[in-house]
Amino acid sequence: MDDDLGSRLEQQIPALRRYAFALARNSAEADDLVQDCLERALSRWSLRRADGDLRAWLFAILRNQFVNAYHRNKRRGIQVAEDVNAASPAGQDRALELGDALAALDLLPEDQKSLLLLVGVEDFSYAEAAQVLGIPEGTVMSRLSRARKRLREILESGRVPLLRRVK
Amino acid sequence: MRDAHAPIGEDDLQAFIDQRLDDPRRAAVEAYLAEHPEVAKRVEAERRQRDMLRDLLQPKFDEPIPAHLRIDTLAAARRERRRGRWQTAAAACVMFVVGAGSGWFAAMDARPGPTPRPMPMAVADEATLAYSTFVGEVMHPVEVRADDQSHLMTWLSKRLDHPMSAPDLSGYGFRLMGGRLLPGGSGAAAQLMYDDDHGNRLTLYVEAAHGETTAFRFAQDRDMATFVWIDKGMGFAVTAKTGRDTLLPIAEAVYRQLDTAPAPARSG
Repeated sequence: MDDDLGSRLEQQIPALRRYAFALARNSAEADDLVQDCLERALSRWSLRRADGDLRAWLFAILRNQFVNAYHRNKRRGIQVAEDVNAASPAGQDRALELGDALAALDLLPEDQKSLLLLVGVEDFSYAEAAQVLGIPEGTVMSRLSRARKRLREILESGRVPLLRRVK
Repeated sequence: MRDAHAPIGEDDLQAFIDQRLDDPRRAAVEAYLAEHPEVAKRVEAERRQRDMLRDLLQPKFDEPIPAHLRIDTLAAARRERRRGRWQTAAAACVMFVVGAGSGWFAAMDARPGPTPRPMPMAVADEATLAYSTFVGEVMHPVEVRADDQSHLMTWLSKRLDHPMSAPDLSGYGFRLMGGRLLPGGSGAAAQLMYDDDHGNRLTLYVEAAHGETTAFRFAQDRDMATFVWIDKGMGFAVTAKTGRDTLLPIAEAVYRQLDTAPAPARSG
């Protein structure tokens, strides 16, 4: 493997770890996701289209892994409750602290959560975010609007258990 | 760019929150917000929440990269795995040459190509059958429980006439539940069962298989996915109700761990 690829991949690791942590809310799981993502990137590098954006490609791999491994599991609540390693576990019975944006974020569907992270935290362009999420570029703004509205309502009302049950 | 005088829409407000408007448009949105305090309040809240997420997650970004995630480490591990596969492939080639030299090849001259060996797939079928039989078992999923692991492994090793060890799959969230002895296609077979916190079960099925050493083969039977391989005269199958991509790293972990475990003396 050429060193250039190595250093370009490595530059993305801090952001990948941040995104993975925000998705999994558990450092060990997040790093497992990042490791799987990087291993897959190394093995598929030769198959990748040369003109694509490396960052969007990596984030799409990581996100697909998260969705496959976790989101498929409908019993998300149980998984979160067992999340003992997280610095601030989003327990079901725990009252939402004012301004606990990460816990509130956890209550959004994964696609809304990812969109807020990619655009708001990782500074992806709307087009790049659409690419990672596999959605038409034209729907990004309306989804973003819905996601922000929902996050704001959760943070303003602090209604965690109710929303959790509805979800 | 959009006309600075076009009506302000939701898209403008979102792009304003993300600070992605050009100057004229931003000025237009600011003027609009000055006239619509309710909207301004909401936009301000959403902008603050966006910043909050950034601030909360920044420490994770600033952490040093753990050694095991460095590209050098991953690339080295990958080279190591590849080397292992080449050795496997080389072993298969040697066997093929031996077969050719002993006259077995002569009969194949008129055939379109070598017939694929059914052996790995037979192991996969037996593993899948054993999986579907016992994985739903609530009362007695295993014959010997994992709390007596040394007894379990000694017993299975003896019955299979092959030193067995239970791979540690805790890195994938799977714990050993226990194991059982089964009739296999060519003698005794062992099934080790693992489960995770969500009740997903995974099995490692092992039996003697006198085929050539193979690379990983994948088999899908309804919702059950299996990776099977033959190594050192034994067939191994890892089965779970999951997708190929999720199962592959687990199967590789099993392969790596069994490969480094003490192996029996090879025969001829």
